[in-house]
Amino acid sequence: MDSGARPNKSLDASTVTSWVRGRGVYVAFVVLVIFNLIVTPNFASVVTLSTLLITVSPIVLVSLGVALTIGTEGIDLSVGSVMALASAFLPLYLGYGWPVGLSVALLVGVLAGLVNGSLVAFVGVQPIIATLAMLVGGRGLAQIFAGGQSLPVTDPVILWLGQGRLFGLPAPVIVAAVAVLVVGFLVRRTTFGRYVVAIGGNRSASYLSGHPVRRTLLAVYVISGLLAALAGVVATARLGASDPSNIGLLIELSAITAVVVGGTPLSGGRVKVVGTVMGALLIQLISNTFIANDLPFTWAQVLTAAIILVAVYLQKGRGVV
Amino acid sequence: MEQDSPILEVRRVTKRFPGVLALDGVSFDLRPGEVHALVGENGAGKSTLIKVVTGVYRPDEGQILFNGEEVTFAEPRESQAAGISTIYQEINLIPLLSVAQNVFLGREPRNSLGMIDKARMNRDAAEILERYGIRADVTAPLRSLGLGVQQMVAIARAISVDARAVIMDEPTSSLEAREVETLFGVIGQLREEGVGVIYVSHRLEELYEICDRVTVLRDGRVAHTGDLAELSRLQLIAHMLGRELSEVQEEGATGFGGEHETAREPVLVAQSLSQRPRLHEVSFDVHPGEVVGLAGLLGAGRTETAKAIFGAEPIDSGSVRVEGKDIKTGSPGAAIRAGIAFLPEDRKLEGIIPDLSVRENIVAAALPKLARAGLVSEKAQDDLVEEFMQSLGIKASSPNQPVRELSGGNQQKVLLARWMCMNPKVLILDEPTRGIDIGAKVEIQKLVDDLAAKGLGIILISSEVDEITEGSDRVVALRDGTVVGLLSEDEITESNLMALLAHGEDSGHGGQETREDADG
Repeated sequence: MDSGARPNKSLDASTVTSWVRGRGVYVAFVVLVIFNLIVTPNFASVVTLSTLLITVSPIVLVSLGVALTIGTEGIDLSVGSVMALASAFLPLYLGYGWPVGLSVALLVGVLAGLVNGSLVAFVGVQPIIATLAMLVGGRGLAQIFAGGQSLPVTDPVILWLGQGRLFGLPAPVIVAAVAVLVVGFLVRRTTFGRYVVAIGGNRSASYLSGHPVRRTLLAVYVISGLLAALAGVVATARLGASDPSNIGLLIELSAITAVVVGGTPLSGGRVKVVGTVMGALLIQLISNTFIANDLPFTWAQVLTAAIILVAVYLQKGRGVV
Repeated sequence: MEQDSPILEVRRVTKRFPGVLALDGVSFDLRPGEVHALVGENGAGKSTLIKVVTGVYRPDEGQILFNGEEVTFAEPRESQAAGISTIYQEINLIPLLSVAQNVFLGREPRNSLGMIDKARMNRDAAEILERYGIRADVTAPLRSLGLGVQQMVAIARAISVDARAVIMDEPTSSLEAREVETLFGVIGQLREEGVGVIYVSHRLEELYEICDRVTVLRDGRVAHTGDLAELSRLQLIAHMLGRELSEVQEEGATGFGGEHETAREPVLVAQSLSQRPRLHEVSFDVHPGEVVGLAGLLGAGRTETAKAIFGAEPIDSGSVRVEGKDIKTGSPGAAIRAGIAFLPEDRKLEGIIPDLSVRENIVAAALPKLARAGLVSEKAQDDLVEEFMQSLGIKASSPNQPVRELSGGNQQKVLLARWMCMNPKVLILDEPTRGIDIGAKVEIQKLVDDLAAKGLGIILISSEVDEITEGSDRVVALRDGTVVGLLSEDEITESNLMALLAHGEDSGHGGQETREDADG
């Protein structure tokens, strides 16, 4: 824009930036994979790959929900605490059989989402505040209900969700993949998905077009709560025990990073499902790379921070941050 | 006399923004002890002028003199320190602090230890409020008071800094009648103290009650300056709207054709819509095939009426009937299902969803219709989008182009398409041609005509007099949220309309049916 004297060059530069803008997360991911193939010993192995995918699964699950809330120009900070709540409740009702235990754990997530969503949609509390309250209070409640201790989970069906395999694929990865497909379908093919981006893009216009703004907002937080609870179940199953003090701790930060790096602007109006998955994979791969090469983990954090800043900078070019 | 040296003088100030000439050689002066009205329609340049004077903007050309000396204020704080106080329409105070703390915010009295002297602050604040006849407990938190009293506190704060010039931007918009009296008392006091007051308002009664002189801005230029007493209401409105009273208006300046055949049964009946303090018992009806113009000055309640009908704003009382059936008020969804469509005034704020594509913007309202069990049918969507992009001549590189990249006129057509694909019975158009180029403007005016010819009932809101007089089959005139008159067919002339806007029911033109609704 400022180089009007050299239209060709500025056109090229802007084409490149806009290309990178749309696909930055893929580019970064491919670069990092190539780097690992060269540097990291045994990187190209089934074990390495499946470890990466298993560890990233809970992050993908919560990121999908967070992506929906961010798409409406909101946010859900409570996902980690909702994971802890689900983890705390899961063993309590497993005595009635796994369907009951699982349903109760997921229902707790739905309830947390209903509280968040009602505060946002009907009371008009800012999403960051409403879900911050749930972030703080949720983990406290989880510890109270769990009696401050870790309870073992022995139900084989539940344990399979964290440790089992189907056709050689780890169960957590299957759960996450199904969630990705469902959320992707919601976003792309349903009126609900349209409402989400319309509300995030221009809430007044959406309301004046007759969209059910409040109902949609409520649904978005309920879905986010449900996905977080599912992530909590998977993480608990992987551990073989509930752990309300540690499960999902700080995962909201990874989720927001994954969403933003994946190309969903914090100002809403767009939801990038595949981008979010790639964002989650990217940040997980960064920390794995540092660990595998015996590099200090602190530097992984610095690198992640740098990637967040680049992602936000690229979005800023469109005036959306 | 004192009057010869103005407190504040603006000399040939020009201010440009990208693509807009906001002020074009504007000169203005404020004398001691005068109340100077500053009026003009939307976009006339009032706010820009105030911002230039208070140091929010720097003028591109021209000078500002304060107390006879040239000044350049880099920021509002400097103009405040020099003695220019501004009271904005929205209250810029801190709700949780007490009244006294708000009055003395940033200049709290200190005791010998350098601590805030609370007792003295409360005493002084009480004294200031007392002096201007404002009744409020100075220790109560501001937010516990009514909006009107809060506004009065803001005014007390502004005048207690020993200002030489006070700028009031729509100070009465949130005041009750009794509070307006108090405010006028305060202004009278200021006048006696030799303070100059710039008074921005579009309520004509108020202007004539307290202002000495008036400056009318239009399109960034001074349209008129002079003593208010020498100017009739009609002349004032003529200046604001840019019309010469003697000017003979030729038809054909717009794309509107002649009258329309209208059916007998109304398609829409708005009955006694009230939303205090902005709307009072607004009633009118619209017949199929008829264009009803809603006329009025800024703040007359045109957009509020439109939003009340569409359900975009809750109303206190009243009803909306479509084809004889009452619809649920306060719900755009219900209005849309009943067949009402609403093109909002602010395209960017309330119309387009900028990052979504032309396609998604067009089908936004039709989504529930196009979907089965919550699934969007791509085929039905594409057919609709193609049909309307073609019939309206929407120029976009493809239906997938983000709508923000389109020109204003094309964005407006996208929004029209959004509503036309709903096959509405009633179409409300709020300033449909504002801010778009002349070509698109004429196209949209023609389109409005065609739609009426096809039997739609249309409510047209426009600040452009010729759009209303040429486009409408009937005109409903609003003033201060009240219907003040009705013009139909041959009565629709610019002079009749301006007379209504100036004087309301005592103008003697039409309006018999609605006369009892209008309060004196």
